Amino acid sequence: MVLAVFSLFLFSFFTPFLCRVFQKKSGWLFSLLPLSLTLYFLSQTSLILQGQTLTHTFEWVPLLNFSFSFHLDGLSYLFAMLICGIGTVIVFYSGSYLEGDRYLGRFFCSLFVFMGSMLGVVLSNNVLVLFVFWELTSLSSYFLIGYNHEKKESRYAALQALLVTGLGGLALLVAVLMAGSAVGSFEITVWVERWQTLISSPYISAIVILVLLAAFTKSAQFPFHFWLPNAMQAPTPVSAYLHSSTMVKAGIYLVARLNPVFSETPLWFTTIEIAGLTTMIVGAVLSFTQNQYKLVLAYMTVTALGMILFLLGMGTAYSVAAALVFILVHALYKAALFLIAGAVDHETGEKDLRKLSGLRSKMPLTAIIALVCGLSMAGVPPLFGFIGKELFLESTLKTQLFYPLNIWVVSFTSLFIVCAACFTGLKPFFGKLAVTPKKPHEAPLALYLGPLIFAVLSVGFGLYPKVLDSFVTASVHTLVRSSSDHVHLALWHGFNQAFFISMTVLAVGVAFYLLRDVSLKLFKPLAIFKSLGPEKAYQIFLKILNSVAKTQTLILQNGFLRYYVFFIILTAVFLCGWVVFLHQETLQMTFNFSDIKFHEFLLVLLIIAATLASTVLRSRISAIISLGVVGYGVSVIFVIFGAPDLAMTQIVIETLIVVLFILVFYHLKPFQNLSSKGSKLRDALLALSAGALMTFLVLAAQDVQYAESISPYFEQNSWLLAHGRNVVNVILVDFRALDTLGEITVLAIAGLGIFILLKLKLGKK
Amino acid sequence: MSFWLAIIVGVLYSAGIYMMMRRSVVKLIIGLALLSHAANLLIFTGAGIVREKAPIISKFQETVSNNADPLPQALVLTAIVISFGVLAFALVLTHRAVESVGTDDLDQMKETDT
Repeated sequence: MVLAVFSLFLFSFFTPFLCRVFQKKSGWLFSLLPLSLTLYFLSQTSLILQGQTLTHTFEWVPLLNFSFSFHLDGLSYLFAMLICGIGTVIVFYSGSYLEGDRYLGRFFCSLFVFMGSMLGVVLSNNVLVLFVFWELTSLSSYFLIGYNHEKKESRYAALQALLVTGLGGLALLVAVLMAGSAVGSFEITVWVERWQTLISSPYISAIVILVLLAAFTKSAQFPFHFWLPNAMQAPTPVSAYLHSSTMVKAGIYLVARLNPVFSETPLWFTTIEIAGLTTMIVGAVLSFTQNQYKLVLAYMTVTALGMILFLLGMGTAYSVAAALVFILVHALYKAALFLIAGAVDHETGEKDLRKLSGLRSKMPLTAIIALVCGLSMAGVPPLFGFIGKELFLESTLKTQLFYPLNIWVVSFTSLFIVCAACFTGLKPFFGKLAVTPKKPHEAPLALYLGPLIFAVLSVGFGLYPKVLDSFVTASVHTLVRSSSDHVHLALWHGFNQAFFISMTVLAVGVAFYLLRDVSLKLFKPLAIFKSLGPEKAYQIFLKILNSVAKTQTLILQNGFLRYYVFFIILTAVFLCGWVVFLHQETLQMTFNFSDIKFHEFLLVLLIIAATLASTVLRSRISAIISLGVVGYGVSVIFVIFGAPDLAMTQIVIETLIVVLFILVFYHLKPFQNLSSKGSKLRDALLALSAGALMTFLVLAAQDVQYAESISPYFEQNSWLLAHGRNVVNVILVDFRALDTLGEITVLAIAGLGIFILLKLKLGKK
Repeated sequence: MSFWLAIIVGVLYSAGIYMMMRRSVVKLIIGLALLSHAANLLIFTGAGIVREKAPIISKFQETVSNNADPLPQALVLTAIVISFGVLAFALVLTHRAVESVGTDDLDQMKETDT
């Protein structure tokens, strides 16, 4: 399982080279990897059906409880199958769709990274690992959406997706850290076990809100839905993949995965229900007003995501089962329809649905597939979509929350879905043949094979839903804490309320579609929301962010060295001083002014006087000589306090420095008065406070000993082990000889640098 | 005495930081030199000080005790030498810079192609 995830990452490195070698065949060849992964996950089916889980763990940072742990249960299995299965189709589809494209290798590279990170998200049991993969999906989708990077809209959409989902990613990180410290573990399985500890944490509201923020941004829930339709700038296979089984489903996965942990929190399920209901109706209405093939589908995805979240939020075994089934239903018809949209665009060069019709005669196979998928989307029996819709309606009828508003919202949403299904599945293929930019003919095998498989599966699952029965039961078991009722999937549920609603919606939906031109006028007033919608808020926010960044860069990073120093020191003094202020009671300082001899006192005065002189003197020579006095003074301190080696070194080096200074700066004019009085005063104040802080820290550090000193070891073994009597020297050349080697290297490099600088002939070009 | 040494450390830091914020590049280097003195003394003082007893084992003994701590001395010795290397390099660098720009005012050294 670990190998499954990492093989995709590993493979992504080689795609650009392999692409050059295999050219046109690369799509088919590359799809073998996801295909074999699909087969691998398929081979685990019996395990999943028994309700067992497969786990692989290897420790990474055991001290921090951080391990790569992967976990395959029913939910992960469903997602892994979708990611790899649909991924297989996407890979060979893109090979044909983007044939001859310059950046095909790069495209496959991002696609495989994306696939790998998506698989990582749904398989990780450690939330920190999950977070890493979660961010990787955002990052790789950025490259996928911005694939046509020469187009401004593409770059805008890619950045938008990255920023919106990146915001969610940060929220997720904070949430998992908070929750992890509350539970004491980062394993999801442990969270599920100790859910009571977690939800009794004082920060539970914050955790829930942050997790939901992550899920909602990723899954394009209202008001974050705007990035998803914009992401249509991506090449069609990418849209199909992002929308059907990956990326936006990551948020769904997160909610489903954490549902057993948080489901007792009212904040959790009410927020999800509200978001789900709002999103489904907003997506449905917006979808109705669109004319572009892919955009209609994109808003339908928003709707479907809202529906799935709505089902998950109810939290009953029945509704979660419905959610799982609906995820599969939606993935199958949505991937197929997107791929068909791509194929139609590819063959006709037309994206506007209003101008497409009658393609049936030219693309018969595509037409049949589109018909099947469209009917599945509309929820017409005996297709799989019908079962999904029945479960959806029945779950809604069973819930008490927001009754009866939810039924109205759900019915209206379904109505718009029927419209969209007619519009995308039927309209382009039936009626009179329209004139299109390109002369249409049947798409190549790579373009219709995928949708064909999905359509066959839609029919197959529709007619024999029983094959999914045991899978759904086994998966729901892990996702709902009190799962007593069993769910049986069947095509025919009898003449119940849900069936009547379903049929009514179907009929009204078709009527609504036929009167589309008239009914569109009803939605005209909605256009004003375009300028007030959340996307506008996003743009304004981005503008403010940019101007704030610009202002603060101008202040903090203005290119003047002294301001950099100023702000660094100011920050350090402030932070340090603040900590000292907070802990002032714990500090014990003993001042001993009198422990000083007369000659020492004179030395102190000399050093201080020389230091001041070197800062205020106008003449360069005097300033440099004062600096030398400071250095010699310090070496006398070393003499007094038993450090003859230091004293010798200091004297030698101080002499060298003074000589160097004088050699280099002798010919320069005296210091000019460059700064104003005010700025001098400001700098002096800051410098004094920094100095005071340092003095204070030295005094405070006097009585502190955190770890046992290692000096006694050197003192005892210097003669016995290293045969040297001067302990300092022995440390330098024996115990820590490697450090000294490093020091010599630094000196050598400095020497080389100086040599080169002196030899460098400037200004002679 | 460590109180007075702490005062010296503070004075050296103040002077060093103040000089680093001046516009003249020569002053900047003087500030750098003062700052390295400050850091050396900080380590030396912070570890605790003992008068006169150098960590040297006398001829008739195998170990020493109650002497000045050898470890900070070894650290400071390294620091002195390294700061010399840095300072020497900075000196020559500014020398070349002053030579080619014709001024030691940092504000006039903002262009990259002089």
